[in-house]
This record gives sequence, C-alpha cells and structure tokens, in this order.
Amino acid sequence: MNGFFDLPSDLQHSYLGLVGLHAREGLLPVLVALLVALPVAQLCVRFRWVYPPVLGVTTVLYSIPSLAFFVVLIDYFGQSETTVMIPLAVYSLVVLVPGIVDGVRSVPQETLAAAQAMGFGPVRRYLQVQLPIAAPAIIAGLRVAVVSSLSLVSVGMLIGNQGALGNMLNDATTYHRPALAVNSVLTTALLGILADALLVLVRRLLTPWMPRKGATR
Amino acid sequence: MNVLNFAHAFFSDSAHWHGYDGIPTRLAEHVRYSLEALLFAALIGLPVGLVTGHYGRGGNALALIATAGRALPSFGLLVLMFIWIGFGLLPVMIPLVVLAVPPILVTTYEAVRSVDPSPVDAARGMGMPEARVLFQVELPVALPLILSGLRTAAIQIVSTATIAAYVSLGGLGRYIIDGLYQRNYEKVVGGATLVAGLALTTLVVFWAASRITVSPGVRRSS
Repeated sequence: MNGFFDLPSDLQHSYLGLVGLHAREGLLPVLVALLVALPVAQLCVRFRWVYPPVLGVTTVLYSIPSLAFFVVLIDYFGQSETTVMIPLAVYSLVVLVPGIVDGVRSVPQETLAAAQAMGFGPVRRYLQVQLPIAAPAIIAGLRVAVVSSLSLVSVGMLIGNQGALGNMLNDATTYHRPALAVNSVLTTALLGILADALLVLVRRLLTPWMPRKGATR
Repeated sequence: MNVLNFAHAFFSDSAHWHGYDGIPTRLAEHVRYSLEALLFAALIGLPVGLVTGHYGRGGNALALIATAGRALPSFGLLVLMFIWIGFGLLPVMIPLVVLAVPPILVTTYEAVRSVDPSPVDAARGMGMPEARVLFQVELPVALPLILSGLRTAAIQIVSTATIAAYVSLGGLGRYIIDGLYQRNYEKVVGGATLVAGLALTTLVVFWAASRITVSPGVRRSS
C-alpha cells in the first residue's frame, strides 16, 4: 500500500501506462511539427521574402500561453488529447522552423554547385546533401522542442485530466500524498532528459563526420 | 467567429473593469509576478553566463543544467512547491525562475563566447584589465543576443505566470482558471487575450530596449 509507484485507481493507468501516455502526448506533436516544418523551412529558403513574415507569425503564436491555448481549443475539440497536442505541435513548429532554415542556409554554395555538377536533381540534392548537412541544426531544434513539449503535457491536467503524468499532481493534493507530486515531477524530468540524450545519440549516428567532443548546445 | 464574440463580451462588460477581480488589478499582479521572476532569473543567469562565456569554459555543464531546467515541468514544480512550502509567492517564483534561467544562461554564454576575438585581443593589448574587457568590449557586442535570451525568458514567464492562479494567487490566470471551472468561456477567452497581449507588449518593449541600448555600430554589422 502507498508505495511510490502505486497510483490511485482514479488515474485509470498503471505507472508505466502513464509514462507511455505522456511520451505519446509529448512526442507525437513534435513529430507532426517536424513534418510540417521541413517543407515550410524549404519554402523560406527558396523564397527569401517568405521568412520574415513566417518568423513574425510564429513568434506571435509562441506568446500564447499554453493554458489559454488549451482552454480555447476545448470549444472545438472537447477535453481530449487532441486539445493538448495541437498547442504543443504549434510551439514545436516555432522552435523548429528557424533552426532548419539556418541549418539549410548554412550549406556552402560550393557544395551545392558540386552536387549539381554531379547531376543531382533538386530532390536528391535536398535529401542527400542539404538535409544531412543541416542535421545538427535540426536536431538542436528538436532537442529543445521535445524537452519543452514533454514538460508542457502536465498542464493538460487542468482540462479534464488530460495531462498523463501531470494527472498525478491533482491526486497528490486531493489525497494528501506529496510523494505522487514528487514522482510526477521527477518522472517527467527524467523522460525529457532521456529523450534529449537519445536525440544526441541520433545526431552522432547521423553525422559520423562531426567531431565527437564538444559542438553541443 | 466564436472566440472574437467571447472576447468582445468579456471586454465590454464593465464589471470586469473594477474591483479586486478587475482587469487593472489582475494585470498589475501579473506584471509584478513576471518582473520579479525575470529579475531573479537574470540575477542568476546573467553573471554566470557572462563569466563562463568570458573564459569560454563550462559550456557542457551549462548545457546540462539548461536541459535539466527545461525538462522540469513548471506546472508540476508549482504543485510540488505548493504542497511543500504552502500558500505564498515563493512556490510560484521557484518554477518561473527555473523556467527562465536556462534561456538566459545559455544565450548569454553563447553570446559572449562567440564575440569576434580580434577586438578582444586588441583590448587586452591596450592593457585593459579583464573586467573592462568583459564590460566594455564583449558586453556591448554580445548585447543583441543577450537581449534575445532575456526576451525568450520574459515571454515564457509572462505566459507561464498564468499557472499562479492554480495555487490561489492572482494574476491574469485567475480569469482562465475561474472561467474553466465556471464553464464561463467569455472569461477564459478574455484572460487568454490579455496574456497574449501582454506577451506581445513584452516583445515590443524588448525591441525598443534593443534599439536604445545596442550601439549603432553593432546593429549595422549584424
């Protein structure tokens, strides 16, 4: 009874179940944001005048508080996971686009010319030259997006217990079990740090030519 | 346009403009929480970032601290601190400061470290002591980036300070939380509009601050 990982039954999940739910609610939006951010960033690189307005719109979107964003969306999607995930996707998008644009722009002109001289079409050039060279910048953006997205999921508790690990916070106050709050905070933080470490690993695998030491943000 | 109607209804109700739950009071509370949190975070982040950036060391340790700070959920930390410390401003300040320190710290470090080394060497060659090199050469050049770090922190604080209402404090979050429990979407949308407006005002303030404080020479070259 009352073990650290024994959760009250009203959470309707085991500890690991909540962890899985939290990971899905936090990571899926980042994935969607990445899929949207790649073409948007490519547009910004291709047509330079698109970038400043895109940057302006994303900065404004970023300044909407998460709680307000959630609550306004309730009107359209109800108290559901979708309501939590849409704002997270938007915030991730804001973090990702500038990173990808800077990354793709940093590809040297000579490299592009060399690729063209080798007969690469625009698609192959993008996939095999520009994306790999921009990978460190993209992953740097992903790290920030993933970590903040995972930590924001908890706020979803306020809109009808949609906060996965955050739902434990409500039970911690109602049942006077502070250990639940400690558990929630630590697990969420660990999840974020773990995801961050995984992304660093992915970057090392994707960019074997980079120096092993340093070059971290 | 549902949202616009709600916002209009909220702002045209004169009951929302007076008393302890009026917009001026809540706005003032929100601004106070935000400024205090930003001040504390800057007091921690700026000196550490400036010194480590100046000597170019400790980048990995800072990145680790920043990741840990970002990974800690503000909302969870708020509830935990409220349980541990009890009612008051401190349980709100702790998560806000934890949230704001990483961007300030990392950007300041990066900003000072990436200053062009040749003017720094020239300053040393002219016999400037380290402190003057930092404050008269590196700081002015690094200022635009440092301000952008402070701006990110400030916006995150302004939008996150809404959660103070969850532990019975004031601020603009009051409208959002109360409205949520009362199923009064007018209030929620009104509160959200006010917070977003405050965040945009913060953007403008920082833009103006950078126009005033950044030396014209630095602005031209960037």
